[in-house]
This record gives sequence, structure tokens and C-alpha cells, in this order.
Amino acid sequence: MSLIDLANPSRFLALTARALPWLAAATVLAFAIGITQVYFAPDDYQQGATVKIMFLHVPAAWLGIFAWIVMSGAALGTLVWRHPLADVAAKAAAPIGAAFTLMCLVTGSLWGRPMWGTYWVWDARLTSVLVLFLMYLGVIALWRTIDDPAQAARAAAVLTLVGAINIPIIKFSVDWWNTLHQPASVLRLGGSTIHPAILAPLIVMAVAFTLLFVTLHLAAMRNEIMRRRVRTLMMLQAGARTGP
Amino acid sequence: MNLGPHAAFIVTAYVAAIAIVAGLIGWIVLDRRQLSRILDDFEAQGISRRSTRADGDKW
Repeated sequence: MSLIDLANPSRFLALTARALPWLAAATVLAFAIGITQVYFAPDDYQQGATVKIMFLHVPAAWLGIFAWIVMSGAALGTLVWRHPLADVAAKAAAPIGAAFTLMCLVTGSLWGRPMWGTYWVWDARLTSVLVLFLMYLGVIALWRTIDDPAQAARAAAVLTLVGAINIPIIKFSVDWWNTLHQPASVLRLGGSTIHPAILAPLIVMAVAFTLLFVTLHLAAMRNEIMRRRVRTLMMLQAGARTGP
Repeated sequence: MNLGPHAAFIVTAYVAAIAIVAGLIGWIVLDRRQLSRILDDFEAQGISRRSTRADGDKW
């Protein structure tokens, strides 16, 4: 089967109908293993039990960024190949990415209060993630503002690609500026600085959250395809009522 | 499991995360139900993409 077959909406619906139950089961299994490992993970020698917030905060941050990268890839599909399934992928990813970014901000604040003494500080990492969240809301609003899906897709694609500038800013903000937020400790040259007893559950939770994202994204894409079918049928119905 | 002096922050973070994920799942499930109902209504009215449009509607 070629990639173009998968890009056919009907084929996509048939394939995802078969894949989604397996993906959902894999997600539940990964979370069961991850949560068990989190439960038994040792406390951090400095932060104590608050390190348990990291198992939510870090995967949520990764997925907030990952969803925008998915949207950027889909935006290229919209602008270069004008493929409607790329529009669907971009539109479906935006609310999910926004939710994970919100989770990152909320859990980060709740982690920051006991560790830094404040819920929020306008440092480069926190501010750039807040900007990412606001950009998600902007893209969602743009999709909702323009009635014609193809027109909305092109406008959202441009905004998405412009917003992609923020992704390296988020990643390198802790290196470029003096921030309260700690520098990279997992994905860095020279390897992770986290103890394996804490790194292992973090990786399992990251896999679980990624599976959750893929499952929710495919389900949301299926909904969006159905929404477009509803729109087509409504237009056909309206055309039949008004006559030739 | 002893969560120490900052237990309230840890528990709130997990509750917030569960609420956000539950909200996402609920939104997707309810959206699907609503869209399925509308499509079924069209079907019941005899309006369908394939029968009414022979030129190959991509949706």
C-alpha cells in the first residue's frame, strides 16, 4: 500500500477503525506500566517527592512541541500539495497540542511553587511555552473564523509555519538566556543527567503520552472527516431545496 | 507512599492532568456521537454523498 492510498479519506477511516482499538489498548498498557514505575520511583535527593510532577510535566511539554511539529508538517502538505487530509491532520492536532501545552504550564506552575517559591516567572522558557499555548488558541480561533475549510486550512498553515519559529526558541531558551528553568537534562549532548531510576519511568510515561497523542489525534481526524461529510451533505441538501 | 510536605502540589498536578486528558477524551467521544447522529439523520432522509453526487466527492 502506498502513502497516497492512506491519504484517501475513506481508506484512512477504514485503516484507523482497525488501528484505534489496538492503539488505545497499547496506551492503557503503557500508562499502567508507567504509573506503576512512577509509584515505585525514588524521591529526588534535592526535590524530594515533587519530582513525581516531572513524569507529567516533561511528557506534556514534549507533546506540546511535538503537536506543533506535526501541524507544521501538515501545513506543508496543505500549502505544497493542497491535500485535504493534511488540513484535517493540522486541524485535529491543534486542540490536542493546546491541551498538552496547558498541562505543561499547569504542572510546571505546581512544581515551581514548592521548588522555586513562585508559580510563575517571566523567564524565557516559561514565556515561550506560554506563547506556544496562545498560538494554539490563535490557530483554533482561525479555523473557527473562516467557514470554507480549504481557505481556513491555508490561513492556518501560514500561521502554523510562522509560529514554528517558536519551537527552537523554546528548546534553546534555557541555553540562550539566563533562566530560572533548569537547562536540558534528558535530550542533551553528553547524555542525560537524570539517574536511571528516575529516567526509566520518565521514558515509559513519555511513550504512554505519545501513544495517547497518536490515538487522540487519529480519533479527532476521523471526527473532522465526518464533520466535512456533514458539511457536504448540508450543502447538497441546501442545493436540493433551492433547486437549479 | 509518603509524598512529603508538598503532597498537595503533587496531587493537584495529577488531578489537573487527569482532568485535562479526560476533557480531551470526552470532547472527542461526544463530538463523534453528535456527528454520527447527524450523518444517520441524513441517511434516514435518503441523502448520501455517493447517491447524490456521482462526480466523486472527496469527503
